[in-house]
Amino acid sequence: MTQQMARPKRKNPVLRTRLPTLPPWGRSRVALGLTAAAAIGRFELQQCADCAAIQYPPREACHVCLSARLQWKPQSGAGKLLSETVLHHSNDLFFRERLPWRLGLVQLDAGPTLMVHLLDCAPAAPARVTVDVRLDRAGQAVLLGCPETETEHMAEDRVLREMTCDPKFRKVLVTDGKTAVGQAIVKALVGAGADIVWAGHAEPWKKLPGLDGITALPQVTLVPLDLTSAKSVSELAGEVAGKVDIVINNAEVHRTYGISARRGADAARAEMDINYFGMLRLAQEFGPALKGRGADGPASAVAWVNLLSIYALSNYPPHGTYSASKAAALSLAQCLRAEMRPAGIRVVNLFPGPIDDEWNQLLPPPKIAPASLAQAIVKALRDGVEDVYPGDVAQEWLARWRENPKVLERELAAGGS
Amino acid sequence: MNRASRKGYDGIAVAVPVTVPYVRYSTHGAHWFIGRVLAELVRESGIRKDDIDGLCVSSFTLAPDTAVGLTQHLGLSPRWLDHLPMGGASGVVAVRRAARAIQAGDAEVIACVGGDTNHVESFRQTLGSFSLFARDATYPYGSGGPNAMFAFITSHYMRSYGAQREDFGRICVAQRENALATPHAMFKKPLTLDEYMAARVIAEPIHLFDCVMPCAGAEGVLLMSEARARDLNLSFARLLAATERHNAYREDPIMIRGGWAKDRDDLYAQAGVKPDDIDLVQFYDDYPVIVMMQYEDLGFCEKGEGPAFVRSRTLTREGDLPTNTSGGQLSVGQAGAAGGFIGLVEAVRQLTGQSPGRAVPDAKLGLVSGFGMVTYDRCVCTGALILGRGDSR
Repeated sequence: MTQQMARPKRKNPVLRTRLPTLPPWGRSRVALGLTAAAAIGRFELQQCADCAAIQYPPREACHVCLSARLQWKPQSGAGKLLSETVLHHSNDLFFRERLPWRLGLVQLDAGPTLMVHLLDCAPAAPARVTVDVRLDRAGQAVLLGCPETETEHMAEDRVLREMTCDPKFRKVLVTDGKTAVGQAIVKALVGAGADIVWAGHAEPWKKLPGLDGITALPQVTLVPLDLTSAKSVSELAGEVAGKVDIVINNAEVHRTYGISARRGADAARAEMDINYFGMLRLAQEFGPALKGRGADGPASAVAWVNLLSIYALSNYPPHGTYSASKAAALSLAQCLRAEMRPAGIRVVNLFPGPIDDEWNQLLPPPKIAPASLAQAIVKALRDGVEDVYPGDVAQEWLARWRENPKVLERELAAGGS
Repeated sequence: MNRASRKGYDGIAVAVPVTVPYVRYSTHGAHWFIGRVLAELVRESGIRKDDIDGLCVSSFTLAPDTAVGLTQHLGLSPRWLDHLPMGGASGVVAVRRAARAIQAGDAEVIACVGGDTNHVESFRQTLGSFSLFARDATYPYGSGGPNAMFAFITSHYMRSYGAQREDFGRICVAQRENALATPHAMFKKPLTLDEYMAARVIAEPIHLFDCVMPCAGAEGVLLMSEARARDLNLSFARLLAATERHNAYREDPIMIRGGWAKDRDDLYAQAGVKPDDIDLVQFYDDYPVIVMMQYEDLGFCEKGEGPAFVRSRTLTREGDLPTNTSGGQLSVGQAGAAGGFIGLVEAVRQLTGQSPGRAVPDAKLGLVSGFGMVTYDRCVCTGALILGRGDSR
């Protein structure tokens, strides 16, 4: 069982804020396959297409039959903890700051022997364990030795907390608190134990339904934030950027036009101004502040979440300009991820299918409910993944896109959703 | 495999054991240390530098050079050249291959050298780029170097065979006693079992005195025909048997035995001796659990009897199975790839009467084993030699 985490003490403002350090980042190209799967929450190892042997560490040729046809396949992670150790010494700054550190050697039932970070709540060797994968603070995949069945408060295990971005005890900025999605996100964060939620509100004079429901929560504070205004972003950053641990950028403009359905560029520009430039303005003000606090105690700055769209992968012509703005946002989010990486701040991108809101009124179901989307964000933070495709539509589009992007493009051009 | 067809190593002399004294850190490069070994080999043997027509080098810190760049750096023109990336097995493998080259007439005098420098930063830098598997699958897990992996192996061995920390302590304490008379040993302070037990923990169950200290230094020998050695009036040891094996027992999920076990029958048969006949052993000693495994895997006792074996035997120079008579890496220090030569050089000294004041009495047969390269979860390279006393000056 894991000791439940105590509320972190208030920070002593006299002490220097620790600078973030990262575990070793270098990997071979073939090993990045493990990271690519972990980034979407999957534990995959290479399997030989000819002799079925599971490979680890990642390889260029099968260690049994020398075949080059190695494919990444999902793993159950069931195995036996053969031996364990507790490091009391490390040459690496990241681990030096976190000693003692428990490690295990696990033989998977599928064959290979793996070195793993061993959760404090995992049993002592020899024992049955389950191996899972997480992105570490450097954003690279590492293997974890976990109890076979999840134990109480496991998410608060010291090792897991080092890998994940759990909102518990953290302070979160939600850039748009007024929409149905924004309100659902705020409620989900409060439910997940967030300390403070600042909910952005671009037009304070507008009283939207449901807004009173979130402002009544003691953890929630409405703050003026207009992503189209550099001044507004800068003013809010001056007030709260030094305290924000997680930014959730859910503000968006969504209009339902292609190219010829509307003359002029005003709607498209409004979309770009929030969906793309808004993210840019926000990142320029809040990014540096988050990076400076990547190691600021047990509730340090950890994550940046972008609400993108599955249309960012391939243009959905009836919502053509919106798709384009989300594609631009995706590209910028990749840049942001690269810039945040040295501080250990995870950039999480959400790619939902149509959300059940007013702008998708004419789309047939299934549509993802705002509450489900909000839960997907909390889960992504707890799991520490990078890319989330919540809902059935997003999952299906993703599968189609991965299989063949050109085929998906043709299907979408023909109106097939 | 038909082992009977394997030719012997008759007529090969291993001579001129040389050590460049170890230092904790050095501002010199690896080339300096290897240069010092070669200068000493030339001086001690009385040959000219140009008479060295074969060179075999092992080093971690020569980069961007290899043995190739070294020939130009040191002005050598060998007709046989080898670079062995085998760390702790490199001395054994160097002798084996150089012997074949001499038997075949491809070279007459081969210098086998292992050496490295050690800057304050070198050890940490070596760890991160040690192997592809290490970079992908072990270094990101705490960057402890081989400590974590050998902690797994030690802990698992203890649980499997009832070994106690004290049993490993006996090995370390005996080696320290041996080191007290070794001029170039880094550790010259006696070590008691109590001090061993009280040392700080590094990676449970490995404690401070289970670990070697990285340092700078170099070791080397000359190989030539016995006839040539006699012409030069050099004392030499004869090579009686040699084996090497890589990635043995890959089916074992965790290391419980080394490749020595696979080839030991061949080794002893080739030399025509039994383990009982061996007067001294120089085992690779990166961690004491590996020394214990070598008693088992090289036939001094059965698998799992290692703990009882070290309790019943005296491992010091005056004991009934002198082990790592210089003090080994655990007490002399680990000078990178020189760690693969330290046992070889010491065995040649002992068998040629070149260890004044610390000779194993009447030593005629010595066994040298190597173990190198933790590319992932164990050392991949293993090898062993049996050396016999040859002519002495």
